[in-house]
Amino acid sequence: MGAKHFGARVTRLEDPALVAGHGRFVDDVKLPGLLHACFVRSPHAHAKLRGCDARAALAMAGVHAVLTADDLPEPMRATPLALLLPNPALTVARTQTALARDEVCYVGQAVAVVIADTRYIAEDAAAAVIVNYEVLPAVADCRAAAEEGGPCAHSDLKTNIASTFTLTYGDVDAALENADYVFHEALWQHRGGGMAIETRAVLAHHDPLSDLLTVWSGTQTPHIGRRMLADLIGRDLESIRMIAPDVGGGFGPKAIFYPEEAVIPAAALRVGRPVKWVEDRREHFLCATQERDQYWDVGIAVDKNGKVLGIRGRMVHDTGAYVPWGIVMPYIAATTVPGPYVVPSYQLETVVVLTNKVPTTPVRGAGRPQAVFCMERLLDRVAHELQIDRAEVRRRNLIQPEQMPYEVGLLFRDGKPLVYDSGDYPRGQDKALALAEYDDFRERQKAALAQGRFIGIGVANYVEGTGLGPFEGVTVRVLPSGKVAVATGATSQGQGTRTTLSQIVAEQVGCRIADVVMTIGDTAAISQGVGAFASRQAVNAGSSAHVAGTAVRKQLLTLAARALGVVDADIDLEDGMATSRRGNRPSISFGDLARLAQGIPGVSLPVGQSAGIEHTAYYTPTQAAYCSGTHVAEVQVDAMTGGVKILRYTVAHDSGRVINPLIVDGQVQGGVAHGIGNALLEWMQYDDNAQPLTTSFADYMLPMATDVPTCAIAHVETVNPLNPIGVKGAGEGGTIPAPAAIVAAIEDALTPFGVHFAETPLTPERIVATLRSAGAYDRLFAG
Amino acid sequence: MGRQATRVTVNGKSYARVVDARLTLADFLRHELNLTGTHLGCEHGVCGACTVLVDGRSARSCLMFAVQANGCEVTTVEGLAPDGQLSVLQQAFIDNHGLQCGFCTPGMLMTLTELLRDTPNPSEDEVREALTGNLCRCTGYAGIVAAALDAAHKLRGAAKPGAR
Amino acid sequence: MKPAPFEYHAPRQLKDAAELLARLPNAKLLAGGQSLVPMMNFRYVIADNVIDLGRVDELRGVALVNGALRIGAMTRQRDLEFSTDIAKHCPLMAEALRHVGHRQTRNRGTIGGSLAHADPAAELPAVCAAYDATIHALSVRGIRQIACREFYTGYMATALAADEMIAAIDLPVWRLGHGHGFHEFARRRGDFAIAGAAALLDVGADNVVRRAALTLFGVTAAPLRVEAAETQLVGKPLDAAAIRAAAAAAWLVEPISDIHAGGDYRRHLAQVLSARALNDAARRAGVEA
Repeated sequence: MGAKHFGARVTRLEDPALVAGHGRFVDDVKLPGLLHACFVRSPHAHAKLRGCDARAALAMAGVHAVLTADDLPEPMRATPLALLLPNPALTVARTQTALARDEVCYVGQAVAVVIADTRYIAEDAAAAVIVNYEVLPAVADCRAAAEEGGPCAHSDLKTNIASTFTLTYGDVDAALENADYVFHEALWQHRGGGMAIETRAVLAHHDPLSDLLTVWSGTQTPHIGRRMLADLIGRDLESIRMIAPDVGGGFGPKAIFYPEEAVIPAAALRVGRPVKWVEDRREHFLCATQERDQYWDVGIAVDKNGKVLGIRGRMVHDTGAYVPWGIVMPYIAATTVPGPYVVPSYQLETVVVLTNKVPTTPVRGAGRPQAVFCMERLLDRVAHELQIDRAEVRRRNLIQPEQMPYEVGLLFRDGKPLVYDSGDYPRGQDKALALAEYDDFRERQKAALAQGRFIGIGVANYVEGTGLGPFEGVTVRVLPSGKVAVATGATSQGQGTRTTLSQIVAEQVGCRIADVVMTIGDTAAISQGVGAFASRQAVNAGSSAHVAGTAVRKQLLTLAARALGVVDADIDLEDGMATSRRGNRPSISFGDLARLAQGIPGVSLPVGQSAGIEHTAYYTPTQAAYCSGTHVAEVQVDAMTGGVKILRYTVAHDSGRVINPLIVDGQVQGGVAHGIGNALLEWMQYDDNAQPLTTSFADYMLPMATDVPTCAIAHVETVNPLNPIGVKGAGEGGTIPAPAAIVAAIEDALTPFGVHFAETPLTPERIVATLRSAGAYDRLFAG
Repeated sequence: MGRQATRVTVNGKSYARVVDARLTLADFLRHELNLTGTHLGCEHGVCGACTVLVDGRSARSCLMFAVQANGCEVTTVEGLAPDGQLSVLQQAFIDNHGLQCGFCTPGMLMTLTELLRDTPNPSEDEVREALTGNLCRCTGYAGIVAAALDAAHKLRGAAKPGAR
Repeated sequence: MKPAPFEYHAPRQLKDAAELLARLPNAKLLAGGQSLVPMMNFRYVIADNVIDLGRVDELRGVALVNGALRIGAMTRQRDLEFSTDIAKHCPLMAEALRHVGHRQTRNRGTIGGSLAHADPAAELPAVCAAYDATIHALSVRGIRQIACREFYTGYMATALAADEMIAAIDLPVWRLGHGHGFHEFARRRGDFAIAGAAALLDVGADNVVRRAALTLFGVTAAPLRVEAAETQLVGKPLDAAAIRAAAAAAWLVEPISDIHAGGDYRRHLAQVLSARALNDAARRAGVEA
């Protein structure tokens, strides 16, 4: 029987309000008596704090308070933010305090906060706060910082190494020794950020009557935020409500709990009025967490047919000044290298290094783009050296579908063995290549060359562990009005959570999608929650929605059967009505059933009936759900300027069963845009004193509409056997292999010059410099 | 210091206020007039989330002061659907998945409203060119471009009854 | 990122604007605001007084006067973009404007603002340099003419005195039928150019170059006329080799270096884009080079 709502290309429930400009983002929330905050932030990457003089600021009209660390309540005054993801390999588990106390370790670290009538006045006052800094040497380069004897990012530490760990399986030394060929690559991937168009924001309001502290935050993880805040501010969990309203993009950095999310509530309590902080874009460049800055040195051993025998290497990861999410990101990178390929032996040593920059935490892709870049560049090298077609060399190494479930040999970051549950990688690659017309490409390339145009093609594969635990709950409840209320700890920053979960609930319960009223991102609506990151919500919340919806369906059937005098099997549920198949097909509405389920005061419920029509489910996955895909990029390179244009971009994408193709395609397309940015444009630059150099959208380049073509997307649906709806995550796949595919395509376009690239972003300047070193311009300038 | 009277017509309604000279037009719309549909993404004139129409021409409201808009007619996203009836362009955004988080969307709508008025039959390249002043981080632009072309097609059809 | 407080002035007469500029301390002229206001929002610029020129009608307009296009300083870039006079008499500017920022910035941005802001990578200053424009600088002390060659004195610095504003720009037009070429390289559409070249060629029926102007922008601190290239071209037949040789002269510049691009790359682009601009100018002048 075909599904009605699940799998349907439903337009989104979120859209009518958003297109009318009626979204409610944190800065749109107005409260009486609202005050505004501006943080005083360190202009130095590393300095000791020797005192703060706020007298001039406090004297300004409209300024209500200036708070430093000592003005904060216990324990946040001196206790650092909790480390969310501990790991025994993390030897320096340092996180920051809400406001800096003795030392600042990155430009932008918050030292004080001004509370004033308007943001304008707060900024005036913040500029008047005098902070005494004793500047210390700053650590900027993670490779140098990993060596002994240099300055330390934290003055009380004797090392900058936060962690070293080695992941290994098989006998990689033997593999490298006995192989027909061994090739080495040195790869460099620069820092970048999620750069959502909405910056962060926090609004806190304490109601003295109820003693409820309500915090609106542009966060991906309000439940986590609430418990972090409860611990820091010394209040019961139940006395805090955290709400993530409409949030303008997340992409990872908004999953972190930030110092501002502790300070603003503390300030609201202190001044007895609501306080709002809206981050400006410059602050976002300084203080929102970032990604990448990794240096890889790797070798691949292959036989003469290009079959991989082993990979061995070392990766240095710049984690910034603190480790709020431990070593999750470099760990993910290290475990992602084998990808969809059979890699019989593997060893990667990872060194996680502290520097005086803002911390790195997962941003869309979460370390996987770096790993895929490594693997795919290695395979391209093998193909080049052995003169095998790049798609063919991949084909020879891909895990076959019969080998599922496939045990890689490593532990994934969820603590479980890395076992791919399902997937058909060869079919995915074939589909992508066919859609991209890969087989005809050499002719297209030759024809272009005859016209003096350099075009190239690149292929890259990936596997992504999605749907991570521990859980994401959903409550489904039928209301006396007939509407179906849904509450979940899942959140939305644009991925259409409300719509996809409504589709799943409506499918199971038998109501219309429009009759689902959903509360997302509100800790008051459901007791446990985790939030959005790691492409986890479709699997976790989707499965919970399915389980809860199924349970509610059963309750509806039983109630309706009793009400209509038939058995459960005789009842059909559709569009909010329960209809008997017998007799003259009597029916009863969901609303009436809900009223029945409320019972009569003083009268016991019939045997077997429970109170109300509702169910809460917390689906807990046993392991990650592995999605996969293949990207094919076709580019044109202007060899004279180094300019790159993406002509065509093709994706074959397996995220299991698709709940809403409109939304999944949107996630892929949006992910590819991030990938293009990472490959060609986005580079968060710092100088030798760890001063950020790119602190505006004029300097940090985001892809525009002229930079991102519309992708051709093919779907492969290998059903996930591990969850009730067979889905996998879809949020990051568009990003993960894109830099690899694009850089490979650029290199392919410039084959006549024999150049090689191993870094991202790959800028036009770098392309020209590489061509120049290869003597290209002696030819090209001659005309 | 710096208080000034200004009278701005917004979505057809006239508002006279005394404001700080340094109050940006974006903040005036959002906080003085409670029209929070216009968003701030960068406050330095690149992202386009704050785009409104000033005397019919698209402009970055983060780079104007409310006092500069004295005597001007401003149209914001709230003015595209008076009486709650979504415009053809707004409906096209819904039909073509032209938004995800919705934060850049009002700016996109204002830019495209101007484009479709001035260039009723734009090519895909012209649409993309017109959108370079508006950044989106969610959609990868495909749905926005499709929405613009879809709306252009529908508006041309409505303008010429009986056309194909 | 809110600006520091200031007093706002909106004169309607040009003489009042000049008087305010002379009298008010720490005053900034507000033209289109597309460059000034971001700097104010970042608080890189802190002005006590802002003089909005938006209501001074005398500062707007385009007219052909004595063989030159006289353009009011407050003429919006958008109006130049759609001006038939500009399209006819100054096709280089019409083409350059397509690269200037985005629709939204051109709707508000002005030619005077662009010239006074003096970003090395801006297109309009380069066009003015190509045409040997004259800038009319106005103050309470009167009007004086500044040749474009003298107008830029350093990195984002002009010859304007503290109490002077640009009132108008005169662009002496070239013979109808001259060829123009404009090429810039930017990372994305509408971005400031990393490097660019603007070429003007007046070529006789005998294919001999009568007049040549090659201007680089984004490469040095201010728009640069490559006189070595120009003198090489003038008086000689125009062909591919001549263009290549002229473009090679663009290599001999002292380029600027910043986080967007190093000097070597800019120098390389100068040569590449000069060749492309000259080729386009040649083609438009009716020469197949």
